Amino acid sequence: MTDSLWIIGTDMLPIRRYPDRDIVDLATGAARGALRDAGKTMGDIDVLAVGCVNESQYMLAQRIQRQMGQTGIPAYNVVNACATGATAVRTVIMAIKAGEATMGLAIGCEQMGKMGLLGKAAKPRVEKQVFEPQGRYGHVLGIEGRLGTNLMPGVFAHAGLEYAKEHGGVGVAQFARIAEKNHAHSTLNPLAQYRKRFTMEEIMAAEMISWPNTSLMCSPTGDGAAAVVVTSGERLTSLPDEVRRRAVKISASVLTSDPFVDGGQVQADINTLTRLAADRAYEAAGVGPEDLDLVELHDCFATAELVHYDNLRLCKPGEAGEFIDSGAPWRDGRTPVNVSGGLISKGHPLGATGVANLYEIATHLRGEAGERQIEGARVGLAHVIGLGSACAIHILERAAA
Amino acid sequence: MTRQIPMVNYLVLDDGGPRLRATVCRGCGARFFDRRNACSRCFGDEFDTALLADRGRLRSFTIVHRAAPGLPTPYISAVVDLDGGGVVKANLLDTAPDPDGIELGMPVKLATWVAGTDDDGTEAVAFGFVPEERG
Repeated sequence: MTDSLWIIGTDMLPIRRYPDRDIVDLATGAARGALRDAGKTMGDIDVLAVGCVNESQYMLAQRIQRQMGQTGIPAYNVVNACATGATAVRTVIMAIKAGEATMGLAIGCEQMGKMGLLGKAAKPRVEKQVFEPQGRYGHVLGIEGRLGTNLMPGVFAHAGLEYAKEHGGVGVAQFARIAEKNHAHSTLNPLAQYRKRFTMEEIMAAEMISWPNTSLMCSPTGDGAAAVVVTSGERLTSLPDEVRRRAVKISASVLTSDPFVDGGQVQADINTLTRLAADRAYEAAGVGPEDLDLVELHDCFATAELVHYDNLRLCKPGEAGEFIDSGAPWRDGRTPVNVSGGLISKGHPLGATGVANLYEIATHLRGEAGERQIEGARVGLAHVIGLGSACAIHILERAAA
Repeated sequence: MTRQIPMVNYLVLDDGGPRLRATVCRGCGARFFDRRNACSRCFGDEFDTALLADRGRLRSFTIVHRAAPGLPTPYISAVVDLDGGGVVKANLLDTAPDPDGIELGMPVKLATWVAGTDDDGTEAVAFGFVPEERG
């Protein structure tokens, strides 16, 4: 088993809509960029994992290979909701840890177009409708909207409100402040889908989606792709100086699912599995939250970012409201969070997201983040949650000079 | 008389007032509402059923303004901690969709409403919660 794991190449496409390209164009764009960055070709890669929520059942990894290099290596098609990209990275990491590979390529990609969140209207029915119990709850009508909501803006609103019930100092203003921060951060990131600063008033007055989440507190749909090349510590030693100097260490890679909690079957619990993942990641990396120079966490909605301050131990227990009020997660604060603009403003192309946030952390640790660079960044944490649920956390560290 | 059936099979309408019926693990007491293969807490596979309390407290809520097509908006989605155990999600009924009038932790009581009628005239009865004054 390898004693260490390293990212030696990474790339991502600007997140936006690419109506003139297909998913393979997006994926190969990021993958070939990451290989160029590493000074490698597909001939050097001995495992491939591709994460994509909407295309993975159609042998996407192999379709990508056919456009950029078919070498007979194992290829994995990976889906894990919004943790899909990070799970693809972990797939490659596990192959290297198992000793089956020494260098792997992980790609996260998604083409959402303007698919929207809520889908299309149902087709008008033509057959006679007679109620017939269906599924494990024996429902005779659709549950959504009739027994509460399980759509994302509402599920994450519930999560934020539950935190507000248990802890003081959390209300609409705290959630809006998170959106204010992430929109402001995105103005420095040329890869972000939206780069516009908004005032608190504009954020709170925007279209209400699921109170307290307004449209400016929700992540948009978009297209994107990101990729990383990962190698073992042994293979790294044989690589040129310029590759080793820019290599970023993967100090922890953790994936969790939901432990049983009462109530978890009616309202997704995004806290317990994140706390479990965070504790395991800090232990594996031998660092604590106070050591983090930047964090990219899963702000699919402003209400989600708030609870993860606490789940990732970035603030004292119960003090997520004070944490945002104090300015701590702003780029000039104590623990910068989502300096990329986060999912809210950088964008959230599902399968790409968990690789794009590794790109972001790695780029800062290399000192190559341009205008948005966090000066002197040495340690960063990337977190994603796929509802249902899957939580992935990676901790990255700059190579010792 | 109009025939009524519960919208989900864990809603009991014929036992003197609406109640929710849980599937309870005989090994560890975990409560479920769906058809089970085994207990996801203790892995046991023996279950009993139990009627849960029809009163509880509001654990969290959201006011849904943008919903799937065909659903009237705004409506209030609520997660409720039932007295004596059990957590359920349903709509908060008879309540203005204004966050200022909804208090986290407030007492609520189980209620029912007709969610739809099929072509035979059978009504599907859903459950929800209404705010309750408690002394």
